[in-house]
This record gives sequence, structure tokens and C-alpha cells, in this order.
Amino acid sequence: MLAPALLLVGGFILYPAVNAFYLSFTSTNLLNVDAQQFVGFDNFTEMFAQPEFYQSLRNSLVWTVGNVAFQLILGMLGALVLNAKFKGRGFIRGLVLLPWATPSVLVALMWLWILDPNLGILNDILLAVGLLNEPMAWLANEETALATLMAIDIWQGIPFFAVMILAALQGVPADLLEAAKIDGAGPWQNYWQVVLPLIMPTVLITVMLRLIWTANYFDLILVLTNGGPANSTLTLPLNAYHTAYKGSDLGGAAALGVVQALLLVVLVVIYMRQVRKSEIA
Amino acid sequence: MTTDRMTTVIGRDTDVAAPTQPRSRIPRPRFRPVYLLIAAWIVGVIGPYTWMGLTSITPTSELNVNSTTIFPENPSFQAYGRLLTETGFLRYMANSAIVAAGVVVVTVLAALLAGTALSRYHFRGRRVVLYGILLVTLFPTILLIVPLYIQLKSLGLLDNKLGLILVYSAFAMSFSTWLMKGFVDQIPVEIEEASLIDGCSKFGSFRYVILPLSWPGIAAAGTYAFIYSWNEFLFALTFTSSDAAKTIPVGLSQFIGENIIRWDFLTAGGVLAAIPILIGFMYAQRGLISGLASGAVKG
Repeated sequence: MLAPALLLVGGFILYPAVNAFYLSFTSTNLLNVDAQQFVGFDNFTEMFAQPEFYQSLRNSLVWTVGNVAFQLILGMLGALVLNAKFKGRGFIRGLVLLPWATPSVLVALMWLWILDPNLGILNDILLAVGLLNEPMAWLANEETALATLMAIDIWQGIPFFAVMILAALQGVPADLLEAAKIDGAGPWQNYWQVVLPLIMPTVLITVMLRLIWTANYFDLILVLTNGGPANSTLTLPLNAYHTAYKGSDLGGAAALGVVQALLLVVLVVIYMRQVRKSEIA
Repeated sequence: MTTDRMTTVIGRDTDVAAPTQPRSRIPRPRFRPVYLLIAAWIVGVIGPYTWMGLTSITPTSELNVNSTTIFPENPSFQAYGRLLTETGFLRYMANSAIVAAGVVVVTVLAALLAGTALSRYHFRGRRVVLYGILLVTLFPTILLIVPLYIQLKSLGLLDNKLGLILVYSAFAMSFSTWLMKGFVDQIPVEIEEASLIDGCSKFGSFRYVILPLSWPGIAAAGTYAFIYSWNEFLFALTFTSSDAAKTIPVGLSQFIGENIIRWDFLTAGGVLAAIPILIGFMYAQRGLISGLASGAVKG
């Protein structure tokens, strides 16, 4: 009964993953895949010698940590809002999830249109309010491109956090809150002392899942800036994608992919350790 | 179509069978500022979609005037007509639909079998399979895309809808399997035992007990598989090159040209791409959310 599922996952995820490690030690050209040569650590030494690698690493770090941090804070606020009583709550809970179910390309083009320097509505609003003096090319400016992309990803990622935390909030027993109230706890104290510890496991798991996804996610960047201007939005996976499909260097791309995977393993291990430490303390 | 049926089923039945936590809410009455936050949130979510929808019915002549108007003076659907006749978009929509239908069928069948096995039988290596299948979804796409490309090429499945179906099914499998397992867990073993005593075969009890009772799970897993394959961009972009296999996201990304961006095509295509997702999602969101949440809580 397990065979079909295992065959698919094994054949199209597990096998390629193992294969990637092998590829990273070969020189494999996109245009002539069969002419493969074992080259040892050449791909890795070459990679560490390139300034793009370090730039993309830095961008990846800012992208991942920044996005998840903002999504967590705003998602937490969102979950508390959705947990309050108001009319049409069920409908609105579904509605705010919409960005999460929207195709990445669609999100990209909606925002591209909003951010358009000449015709976009954002510049119009900001000019009208007086926050801007002249139209701004948000995605073409080295200073603002990465931050703009991050804002879009945060917009799309908030609902996921909100829903996960909301589910945890609904598991908080009401009598516990009643008891705390009777003991004289205000809403603020109630939140920090009673609610937060109870929803912590869900928050920690969601943060970890989201860190991994965000680190690996580059569809949005690929469509909107493709790493530019001047590599200011080049992240590690996008760098690998360019290496494979612009540079035709599949071996080098596999090496970057392996580094990305190993970095994520390190991140997860550190994260788990911190979590365990704080639980013991 | 199968997907339509599934999505309607979920709308009715989730309440009964969806795994939910004990329902208790924090009493927070008369907290008025909440309405302000909700209003701001709704505007922030709906705004971009509305803006896209309005642009799609704005004639090109009004669009290129250098002052932004929010509501078109002469709304028209000519962008849609031209999109469907002048570009390959209709073809991309058909490809997306075929791929999504294939993924739904393969994923639901495989996940139902695997989910039932993992829920009912305690065989050796069960935990390894259960957590292993979850772990592989965390592999970076970028790590897999190059070896997958080579693999599909050697199988002759590059630029091929079947290739996309197989890859998408593999990637939709873990969440779907966990979802199905959760739903089968909810079905009391006693009903199955009763059916066996009444003379059902093992297969019969699967067919007449598990299958009908796990419909909400099937619908949720099917919708998830549908949304995933309808939205997926990176694999589609990398593994397809001709109109025979390109899906909607790839088609849309092509309209973002180097020099000229066809806003009329992009916004009209965006609306057409969003409609099935909106419908499927609005029907299935309860089942998906509870599946998502319970997976994380148990997880």
C-alpha cells in the first residue's frame, strides 16, 4: 500500500538529492550532460573564490531572518485579531489567507504593477500624501530592491503564521484564562504569562518550517529582479540557478545547492539546540 | 470534473470529520479597536487583487496615459479577448488543467493508500517512513532541480506534461499523506472490525468503510494537490520549453518582457489564473487549515 507514495518520493526527491551530491563533484555541462567528469572539490574551491558567493550568502541571511521575523510579529498580531469575537469571523479568516494560496508569479506581477514607477498606484499615493517628491523605481534601486522584495514576501507569508498561531490559541483552555483573571492578571500579563507559554511549541515549529522555506524560496526574486540591480537581490539559491541555467555549469550549481542544504542543516541544529536549552532553563 | 466534485464535498463535510482541537476561545468582548485592524488587514489583502482586476478591464488607450486613474472610464473586456486569441494563454490554461487533474488523481490515490497503511498497520519502519516522508519536503528545491532536470531528460520527460505530473505528485505527497493519515485516524477501528465480522474482506472494508468516511480528507488532499500544481512555477519554468507543456505561471512570466510589459495581458491573465484558486480555496479552506494546524500540533 505504501509502494506508490514511496516510489514517487524516492524516485523524484530522494534519488535526485543523492544525485546532487555526486554531481557537485563533477564538471557537468548543461548542453552536453553525458560528457561528465569527476573533478573532486574543484567546484567548491571555485565557488569559495567568487565574490558573488559571499554577497548571495549575505543577502540570503537578510532575506531569511528579516522575512521570518516580520512574519512572526505580524502573524502573531493577526492571530490575536482573528481570535477576537467579531461579525463574519469565519469568512474573514478565509479571506486573509488568500495571499498564501496565490501563485508566486501572480503575487509578483500584482506587486510589479503596484510598484511600477510611472503607472503604479503606490507612487501615486505616496506622491499625493507628500511622502515622496518624485516617482521611485523601487525594484530598480540598489538601496530599496531587497527591502521591497522582502515586503512582498512578508505580505504573502503573514497568513500562514496567523493561521498556525490561531489554531494554537484555540487550544488554550478558557478556564485557565479565567483563573488567571480571578487571580488579578490583566490582559497583557495574561498574554505573556499564560497564553504565550502554551502556544510556544507551535510558534517554534512554525518558525523553523518558515525559515527553511524562506531560505529556499526564490521564485519571487527570479521574476521581479532576477538578482539585480548589481547583485543586490542575489540570494544563494538564485545564484545556483544562474550557475546552472545561465552559466550552463550544472556541477557548480549542484555544489551551491549542497552548500545551501548543509547550511540549512546547521541552522536547524543550532535552532533546535537553542530551543532545548531555553526549555530546560 | 473530479476536482470540482471534491471541492464541493469539503464545503459540506469538514465540520464533522476534520481533526480539531478542543474548542475554547479566549473571551475578549467589546474590544472595538479590533475592527480598525481588521479593516486595515482586509484592505491590505484585497487591495492588490482589486487593483489588478480593475486594470484588466481598463482599455489599453486609457492604460498608457501617464496619470493613474483607479476606475476605468470605459471598462471593456478586450484584454481578455486578445489574450485568449493572440497569445498561447488558452493552451497554457489547458496544460495547467491537465497537469493539475493528473496530480490530483495520482496524489490522492497514493496518499490514501499510504495514509491508511500508516494509520492502521504498525509495521516495522513505520516511524521512519512517517517522518522520512516529512523530512524530504524540506530539501532545498535548488538542490533537486539540477539532478531532476538530468533525470527527466534521460527519461524523455523533459518538456512533457507527464514529467510535471510525476514531479508535482512526489512533492505534494508528504503533506497529503499526513493529511490522509490524520483523517483515517479519526475513523474508529470498531466500524472496520464490525464490517469484517459482517463478512467484509479486507479490501471490502477499505472500499466500504475507509473510503466513504475519509471523503473530507480526500477532498482536502485533492484541493491541496490542485493548488500546489496550479501555482508551481520554478519546476515548470525549468522543465518546459514549448507551448505543449508550459503552464499558466510560465505563460504569465513571459508577459513580463525585457522592454515592454504587457499590463493588459498580465492583469487579464492574472485574473483568469486566480479564479480557480479562489473557488477551490474558498470551498476547502476549513479542511486545509485544520489539516495544516493538526499536522503542526502533532508534528
